Amino acid sequence: MPDSNTIIPAKEYTTLNLGPTHPATHGIFQNVLKMDGEIIIEAEPTIGYIHRSFEKLAERRPFYQITPITDRLNYCSSPINNMGWHMTVEKLAGIEIPKRVQYLRVIIMELSRISDHIICNSVIGVDSGAMTGFLYIFQWREKIYEIFEELCGARLTTNIGRIGGLERDFSPVAWQKLNDFLADFPAGLKEFDDLLVRNRIFMDRTIKCCPISAEMALDYGFTGPNLRAAGVDYDVRVINPYSSYDEFEFEVPIGTNGDTYDRFMVRDEEMWQSLSIIRQAIAKLDRLEDKTSIHADVPEFYLPPKEDVYNTMEGLIWHFKIVMGETTIPKGEVYHCVEGGNGELGFYLVSDGGRTPYRLHFRRPCFIYYQAYQEMVKGSMLSDAILTMSSMNVIAGELDA
Amino acid sequence: MSELNNEFVIEHLKVKFGDAILSAEVLYDFLTVTVTNKEIFNVIQFLKSDETINCHFLTTMCGLHYPDAKESFGMMYQLHNMPDNYRIRLKVFSSDADPIFKSLTVLWPSANWMEREAYDFFGFKFEGHPNLRRILNMDSLEGWPMRKEFPLEDPFRMDKDDKMFGR
Repeated sequence: MPDSNTIIPAKEYTTLNLGPTHPATHGIFQNVLKMDGEIIIEAEPTIGYIHRSFEKLAERRPFYQITPITDRLNYCSSPINNMGWHMTVEKLAGIEIPKRVQYLRVIIMELSRISDHIICNSVIGVDSGAMTGFLYIFQWREKIYEIFEELCGARLTTNIGRIGGLERDFSPVAWQKLNDFLADFPAGLKEFDDLLVRNRIFMDRTIKCCPISAEMALDYGFTGPNLRAAGVDYDVRVINPYSSYDEFEFEVPIGTNGDTYDRFMVRDEEMWQSLSIIRQAIAKLDRLEDKTSIHADVPEFYLPPKEDVYNTMEGLIWHFKIVMGETTIPKGEVYHCVEGGNGELGFYLVSDGGRTPYRLHFRRPCFIYYQAYQEMVKGSMLSDAILTMSSMNVIAGELDA
Repeated sequence: MSELNNEFVIEHLKVKFGDAILSAEVLYDFLTVTVTNKEIFNVIQFLKSDETINCHFLTTMCGLHYPDAKESFGMMYQLHNMPDNYRIRLKVFSSDADPIFKSLTVLWPSANWMEREAYDFFGFKFEGHPNLRRILNMDSLEGWPMRKEFPLEDPFRMDKDDKMFGR
């Protein structure tokens, strides 16, 4: 029994500075945490450490020079960003893209979705202590990057495709690598699933770890796998199909309680669906009579081949006009969104007919949903907060623009 | 699918808000409604709470700057009704040098950082925002980077000047 002279000390909290450059945060995020022992009482996120003012830069660049900027948004799936941007300009200019190019784009976008989800899911495993799955599945991301290298010469920041089509056709080597990937990846992904999906330790660590309800997820502007994990079947590919996604058969997986395990499982299933979409796209390409076209007939947007530039007057003129920004750009404003690796990636483009966009705004999914993080981790353990951060797939480049 | 379409929404807005609806046009299949600053919050609240229109999701928002216009500063909002897949864009403009808009944080918590971003880059104030301070730029930055007069780089650089291209 404490006597009346005993002084009960006031509750003391610890302030813990997590980040900005901590290996567990997988990017430059800072969170100042108010801790009660190991329980998080409050989190105060600071972002903007790699802000590069993309929207301002875009106002001084011709359209084709903005593609490399979009690479650096969600750099785990750059091709989706590139294609999203090309399609925005194509929508503005009313360019009709040949079916063959649309299917080839679908293949590229689904490959990059797989590589995005490989990173996110394997890192969830790492943060729960399972390094093995990460080491094995990462080889498959390498194979995807080899395909990208064959398609555009770059691996991470791809700058893939052009406004009006693709820069080059799939080479025989690219097809070979793609077919090898399709043949071998299912076994690799199955192995990864076997290591984690029904793993008791992994399930105990992730089930009921920082859940979010569907209502709260919608209020916080969640999109993509994180929203689907909470039970809302919203997928831009289905609701606003672009690039002929309406012709493909695929499931939109959803979770039930929006916890870390559901987010993991939604991404996992999406990888299987992406594989199926790629196979369907290849089958559609085989049925197509058109076996050669890689771009729409839009000389005012699509750079002519180099041999034309060097040998014909017409080619040289178009090349000069495009590079110097002397072609006619329609006036207007357009919004186009694609299903990025982590949600609805939107481009709001205002054009006044000038060489550059008058205003370009990126709807960056993780910038909008990361603000729910401080609510989600309140009252949970520090180690759960780390897992939640990786399961939300927050990419610093996209967060900070 | 319900009977939700652009005509239906425009009619409802005009009945409810009358002169506050300055213009309504369809730009690339996207209904864009310009509203007065006084009524913008009520319009958005109506679009969110009306049972038929049910624009329950705030897709995005961003600042706009047209230095040559009389009302030079503006905000763009995009709402989405997911079950019916109906999207609407709203715009509001202000002639003030440092405009004040009403904050949407009471309707959507997701508006919090988006409004901080608009403050950070354009210097717009949001009435009722719980924590309006810079978000992506450093606190010591002077000026508002996305305003058109803010230089992107060395303003004496000539090689990118529009004059060189006959414009």
